[in-house]
Amino acid sequence: MLTKTNATLIALLAALASTSLAAGQTGPEIADFTLGNGLELVVIPDHRAPVVTHMIWYKVGAADETPGKSGIAHFLEHLMFKGTAKNPAGKFSQVVARIGGQENAFTAQDYTGYYQRVPSEQLQTVMEFEADRMTGLQLTDEVVLPERNVILEEWNQRVGNNPRSRLAEQIDAALYLNHPYGKPVIGWRHEMEQLSRDDAIGFYRRFYAPNNAIIVIAGDVDPARARALAEETYGKVARHATIGGPRVRAQEPPPVAVRSLTLADPRVEMPAMQREYLVPSFANAKRGESEALEVLAHILGSGSNSRLYRTLVVDKQVAVAADAWYDSNALDQSKFAVHGAPRPGITLPQLETETDAVIAQVIDKGVSNEELERTKTRLIADAVYAQDNQASMARWYGTALTTGATVNDVRRWPDRIRAVTADQVRDAARQWLDKRRSVTGYLIKDVSPQAEKRS
Amino acid sequence: MNRLLLCVVGFAVALIAVPSAASAMTIEKIVSPAGIEAWLVREKAVPLVTLNYAFHGGASQDEADKAGTAYLAADMLDEGAGDIDSKTFHERLENRAIEMTFQVGRDYLHGSLRALNEHRDEAFDLLRLALTRPRFDADALERVRGQELASLQHDTTNPNDLASRRWWETAFPGHPYGRETKGTLETVPRITADDLREYVRRAFARNELTVSIVGDVDAKTAGELIDRAFAGLPAKNDLKSVANAKPAGLGRRIVINVDVPQAVVTFGGQGIARNDPEFMTAYIVNHILGGGTFSSRLYREVREKRGLAYGVSDSLVWFKRAAVVLGGTATQADRTADALAVIEQEIKRMATDGPTADELAAAKSFLKGSYALNLDTSGKIAAQLTQIQIDNLGIDYMQRRSTLIDAVTIEDAKRVARRLYSGGLLVTVAGRPKGLTSSGTPD
Repeated sequence: MLTKTNATLIALLAALASTSLAAGQTGPEIADFTLGNGLELVVIPDHRAPVVTHMIWYKVGAADETPGKSGIAHFLEHLMFKGTAKNPAGKFSQVVARIGGQENAFTAQDYTGYYQRVPSEQLQTVMEFEADRMTGLQLTDEVVLPERNVILEEWNQRVGNNPRSRLAEQIDAALYLNHPYGKPVIGWRHEMEQLSRDDAIGFYRRFYAPNNAIIVIAGDVDPARARALAEETYGKVARHATIGGPRVRAQEPPPVAVRSLTLADPRVEMPAMQREYLVPSFANAKRGESEALEVLAHILGSGSNSRLYRTLVVDKQVAVAADAWYDSNALDQSKFAVHGAPRPGITLPQLETETDAVIAQVIDKGVSNEELERTKTRLIADAVYAQDNQASMARWYGTALTTGATVNDVRRWPDRIRAVTADQVRDAARQWLDKRRSVTGYLIKDVSPQAEKRS
Repeated sequence: MNRLLLCVVGFAVALIAVPSAASAMTIEKIVSPAGIEAWLVREKAVPLVTLNYAFHGGASQDEADKAGTAYLAADMLDEGAGDIDSKTFHERLENRAIEMTFQVGRDYLHGSLRALNEHRDEAFDLLRLALTRPRFDADALERVRGQELASLQHDTTNPNDLASRRWWETAFPGHPYGRETKGTLETVPRITADDLREYVRRAFARNELTVSIVGDVDAKTAGELIDRAFAGLPAKNDLKSVANAKPAGLGRRIVINVDVPQAVVTFGGQGIARNDPEFMTAYIVNHILGGGTFSSRLYREVREKRGLAYGVSDSLVWFKRAAVVLGGTATQADRTADALAVIEQEIKRMATDGPTADELAAAKSFLKGSYALNLDTSGKIAAQLTQIQIDNLGIDYMQRRSTLIDAVTIEDAKRVARRLYSGGLLVTVAGRPKGLTSSGTPD
C-alpha cells in the first residue's frame, strides 16, 4: 500500500542471478555500433507500445573507487541530477515528468546507470539532456551537502535498519581479501559522511566520457533513427583522452581458509545462515563453466523443486527458507551464495550441517537428467519471457556489456544453457563449492543485557 | 499522447472500429462458451499468453479471530490439487516454465498465469485444479504456516510493518480493513484446512469473476482456455457483506518505540472513492503533492531542499468500502520531527491554496503521457485491464482517460485539494524519534 519514491536503486546483482542474461534467438534484431567518439550504442527494437527505454551505462562502479572514498560512485549518481550550465538543477527531471516519463538511476560494483522511459517521440529530448550531463555537471556545496544527508538516510533505510543487509556486508568484506568487491556499493558510513563536492567532481571527470559508456535503447525505435539521434547528441561530446583501457583491480589471492562470522542484533526475530563462495563470473570463467554454475544454482536452490528446499524445508523440516543463487555478471571473481532460515527449535549449526550434506550429495553423486532438463527449460524460457519487457531487455544487455560479455554472448544464452551437461554441473560443484573458498555468516538475536537496555 | 486504441469486438457483442496506428492495442470483450466474460488483447510479437483475474472477497472475508485465512489459502493453492501432490504440482509447473501467482488484498484475490504458447493447455489445466480442487494437505499446510509465522515474527521488530500495522488498526478499529491481510502470530495458528476450504467455497465462483487475457491467441481459443480454467467453478459466490467505513483517529499521532536508527513514518487521512466524480481531480492534485515523480512538492521540500529523507510520497488508495490517502517516509531520529513538520505544512498549504496553474498543467501532461508506460508488457496490460474492470470504468476508459484529465480546471483542483487535505491526519511513527511523542485522544 505504501509507495516509496526510490530515487536511486543500488542494483543488487544477486537479484538478477536467477534469471541472468536472457535473450531469445527468436528475439528482435539487435543493432550494436560505436560512434566516432567511442560511445557504444545497442538498440533493441520492440514496437508493441509507443514508448522507449533509454539507458546510459557508465563502465564505472563502486569497485573503481579510490580507497578511503567508498560510496563516491553512488553519491555521484545522486548528484548527477543537480544540473549543468545549460540545464539548471531540476530541469531535466521536470521535463521528463512533463512528457510523462519515468526516470531513475542505479549503482553497482562494475557500472553506474541512468535511464528514462518516455513516449517514443521524446527520445531525442532525453538524449540531449543525458549527453549534456555527460560532461557538463556543475556542483555547489549548496546542493551537495543536503544530498549527502539523503544518501545517509538511504544508508539508514537499506543498511542501518536492516540486520540482513548488515550481515551481507560483513560476509562480502570477509570473502574479498584484496579485491574492492569487499566494500559495500553504498559505502562505509564513516567514509560516506566525509565525501565532498571535490571528491564527486574528481570521480566524474575521471570516469564520465563517451568512450567509457554504452547507450542501450529498447522499444519503439529503429536502429537507423537511434543512430542518427545519437550522432546529433552524444556524438558531439569529446572523447576522454586517458580512459577506456582495461579495468584493472587488485585480484584475490587463492582462498585457503574456511571463514565464519556471526552478527548479533537485538532486532533479529528470524535467524539466518548465509554462505558465499568465491567463484568465476562469466567474464573470467572457462568456456561453459559459468553456465554450469548457473544451472547448479538453480538445481540447488531456486524454487520449490530445488534440492535445498525439498530436503531442508519439505523432507527434513529443519528450515523455513532455503535457497541458492549465482551471479555471473561481474568483471572479476564473483559469488555463489547459499541461504537458509531455520525452523524454531533448530540451531544454525544444525542447519549448516544439513545444508552441507545437500551440497556434498551434489558433489558426490551429481544431478539427475530430470533436474537438468527442468532447469534448462526454465532458464531458456526466461529468454522468451524477457522479450515481453523492453526495460528488462535493456537492463540485461547493459549489465552484460558492462561486465565483460558481448551482444552475441547474450543472444546465445539459450544455446549456452542447452549445452550444459550433468557432468559439468557436478564438476562445477566439486571445484567451486569448496568450503575453503567460502565465508559462512550467522545472523542471530543479540540477547546480551546491554542490547536489552538499548531496545 | 495516446496511440493506444480500443475497440470492442464481438464474440457475442458488436464491433466498434477505431482507426488504427502502428502500435494500436485493441481490447476485445469476449464471452466464453460457458458464459464467462473476459477482455482480450491479442499480442503476436511474443509467443506467450498472460492471464490476469480477480475474485471478489479477499482478506475482508476473514473472521477476526482467524485473520490471514484468505492469505494462507492463496499461499496454499499451488501446494497440490486434485490427484497431484505438492511436489508433483511444482514439478509440472517448472517442467513447462509455467508461472502461477496468487495475491490477496483486502477486497480481492488476484491471480496471474503466464506460459509459453506450447504449454498453455497444461497451464490452464493446472490452474483449474488449483482453483477447484486444492488439497490443503496437512504436511504442506504446516510447512507453509511455519513460513508465514516466521515472517510474521520477523515483522515484529520491523519498523515499516510496525508503523503500517498500527496505522490500519487505528484507522479502521473493529473493521476488516483494520486487520493485516497476513493475519497475526495469534490468528494464523488457529486457521484449519476446513477454514481454507470454506474460504475457497465462498469466494471462488463465476459470478463476480474478472478475467483479462493477453497473448498470441484468438477470441475462440481464449474462450476455450478461460473455460478450461474457470468453467468448473460454482455459479455463485457466497460472500459476507463488508460495512462502509471512514478512517478514524485523524488528528492523532502514535509513536511506537523500537530501537532503530531511522524512524519510519506512515501518515494518512480520508481519501476519495474511485467512482466519485471528483476522483480524477483528486488524483491529479495528489500527484502534485506527493505522487511518484522527482518533481512532487513533498519530494522537493523534504528530500531535495533539506535532505531529510531518501524517499517521501503519498498516494490515493481505494477499496470497495473505504478510501484513504496514505503516505510515508523514513528519517533519522533527530530529524523526524522536522520531516513531519514539513510534510504537515505542505499538506496544509495544498489544502489552503491548492496547486498552481503551472503545476496543474505539468501534472496533466505527466499523467497523460505516462499511461503508455503502464502498458508495455503483457503482464502490465493484463493487470491494467483487470483493474479497469474491477473499477467499473468501461471498456473505452483508456480512450476517455485523457479527456477526463484535460477537463480538470484550476478551480476544480483547488476545491478538491481543500476537500481532500482538510480532514486531518493520522500519523504513526516507529522508531526513537527525538522530541516526538504520541498525541491526540482515541475516538
